[in-house]
Amino acid sequence: MIRFILTRLSLLIPTFIGITLVAFFLIRLVPGDPIETMAGERGIDAARHEQLKKEFGLDQPLLVQYGIYIGRVLQGDLGKSIVTRESVLTEFQNLFPATVELGVCAILFALVLGIPAGILAAVRRNSIFDHGVMGLSLTGYSMPIFWWGLILILLFSVQLGWTPVSGRIDVLYYIEPVTGFLLIDSLMSEEEGAFLSALEHLILPTIVLGTVPLAVIARMTRSAMLEVLGEDYIRTAKAKGLSRFRVIALHALRNAMIPVVTVIGLQVGVLFTGAILTETIFSWPGIGKWLIEAIFRRDYPVLQGGLLLVGAIVMSVNLLVDLTYGLINPRIRHTR
Amino acid sequence: MRAVDGVSLKLEEGEVLGVVGESGSGKSVTMLALMGLIPFPGRVKADKLAFNGRNLLTISDRERRKLTGKDVAMIFQEPTTSLNPSFTIGFQLTETLRLHEGMDRKAARRRAIELLEQVGIPSPESRLSAYPHQLSGGMNQRVMIAMAIACNPKLLIADEPTTALDVTIQAQILDLLMTLQKERNMALVMITHNMGVVADTAQRVMVMYAGQIMEERSAADLFASPQHPYTAALLAALPERSEGGRLATIPGVVPGLYDRPKGCLFSPRCAYATEHSRNVRPALRPWAGGQIRCHYPLGDPERDAHIKKDHLVGTEAAS
Ligand code: SF4
Repeated sequence: MIRFILTRLSLLIPTFIGITLVAFFLIRLVPGDPIETMAGERGIDAARHEQLKKEFGLDQPLLVQYGIYIGRVLQGDLGKSIVTRESVLTEFQNLFPATVELGVCAILFALVLGIPAGILAAVRRNSIFDHGVMGLSLTGYSMPIFWWGLILILLFSVQLGWTPVSGRIDVLYYIEPVTGFLLIDSLMSEEEGAFLSALEHLILPTIVLGTVPLAVIARMTRSAMLEVLGEDYIRTAKAKGLSRFRVIALHALRNAMIPVVTVIGLQVGVLFTGAILTETIFSWPGIGKWLIEAIFRRDYPVLQGGLLLVGAIVMSVNLLVDLTYGLINPRIRHTR
Repeated sequence: MRAVDGVSLKLEEGEVLGVVGESGSGKSVTMLALMGLIPFPGRVKADKLAFNGRNLLTISDRERRKLTGKDVAMIFQEPTTSLNPSFTIGFQLTETLRLHEGMDRKAARRRAIELLEQVGIPSPESRLSAYPHQLSGGMNQRVMIAMAIACNPKLLIADEPTTALDVTIQAQILDLLMTLQKERNMALVMITHNMGVVADTAQRVMVMYAGQIMEERSAADLFASPQHPYTAALLAALPERSEGGRLATIPGVVPGLYDRPKGCLFSPRCAYATEHSRNVRPALRPWAGGQIRCHYPLGDPERDAHIKKDHLVGTEAAS
């Protein structure tokens, strides 16, 4: 087990080098630099431009800049935002809970709907329900997030007025961040209506972000379930006289969940990608929106540091999932 | 499509019935029907399906589940895949006890240890927390047997219980089954393709072919003087009966669901097939203290005359 974790950890090194390379050079391929962008339409005179560049170390050759950057990262220093002069890590810590809150809600939404839908589709294979679930999940999977988000806003926020258009909570409320998770903080703040407002603001982003994972989880559950239901031990379970519910919900599901858990782990990466779009559509003050803005402002340190942190989180979650995989699958636990 | 057709059988308490036939002859499907385990999308249509005086066709699913696993139990060919890989032996064993006997955790555990002892598993207590993949195939089959006899079933169906096992283990498992059968006086159905296994165990034998009963009678009579050409061919394929060290094999294969011949199902492979056999499917009829499905039973004194009259054509390969 320890050897397994060590091998996995050693695999992280090349991945991190890859992320720094991509983040560093790709953003510098985009024309313009942070100083020009900050100056905006007013422009900036050439002498001042050079001076500022020197200040931020942007006048050095690219490779030297990269070397300095890597050196700092190794010391745990992710640098400061060029735009806000805040430390990248602090900004990340402030915004991260918002993304986690949205992500957790989205994955819960996907699990709560996706697993039962997948099970039912498998149990009633080839029924109208099965075809419906599979059709919907294919649609959900191929739906462009941007378009899907706008449609939902148009329908529920603009036409019906049921949900707010954007943000995390109504501007009326000011909630002191304690945990950073608004659902929890608003409950603790005792401000009347704050919790409901936070909840309302979460609904549409959750649906938008959770749609792709929902589609994937429903499909995966169905196919894993179908495979498991044909196994010999299911016949044994039936021959024992167990109820249909127990056969499906215990004997079949326990085995069918093994591949599904892996898929859920992989969805964490997908979730971050989706969060970038979803947060932009709904002006959700999280990591996704922060990264997009960093691109627009050519805020090199934010983008480099942010991507590195996101990468680290995705990889740790995947590692964690691989470890739990052993917990639910005794065959793996014992061969390691 | 009818996978199995026109099967009728009766089993007395404490009797051992051997069900033989090559693979694809519908032996297992018949028994799965009794257990209510026909795989999707199959269905069972029968005039009568009764157990212990209760009609299995009319009782509810719930009542039926009270019988299966308790009064009627089954063990399968592949012990290792027949046990759930995600649960311990102990969990799978006590599950039945708690469901059917209403035992609490402790009582079920005690009984589980007893059962494992009875089926000859060493240090049973420590095996309770083992997973199926940690045990050998033979051990797993013992666990399956322990599970099956947990609630003292009146009928145990063993579907090729030794086929997937190592040759050295096969005899041990058969011995165990026979001992348990005698001790508990339970009825046992031994499904197998191996005539030798039947000879060692069964009191009565049912020979199946392509989903139909071909012959059925007491084991002693059947082995002494087989009446059906298919039975005779199966017996001739036994190593101890082979002449000159060569194994007789039956040419051809069991017809599938969609290519069943018009007349007698065995006619394409039967050495005694006539024009009549090819065209008219024989009915199952009482014969020599049992039943038979053949126009020309081997013990029929007028057999030669009948065959002559109906024009012998022999096997398809030969004709
Ligand atoms: S009916 Fe004819 S073909 Fe069929 S088993 Fe008897 S002899 Fe052979």
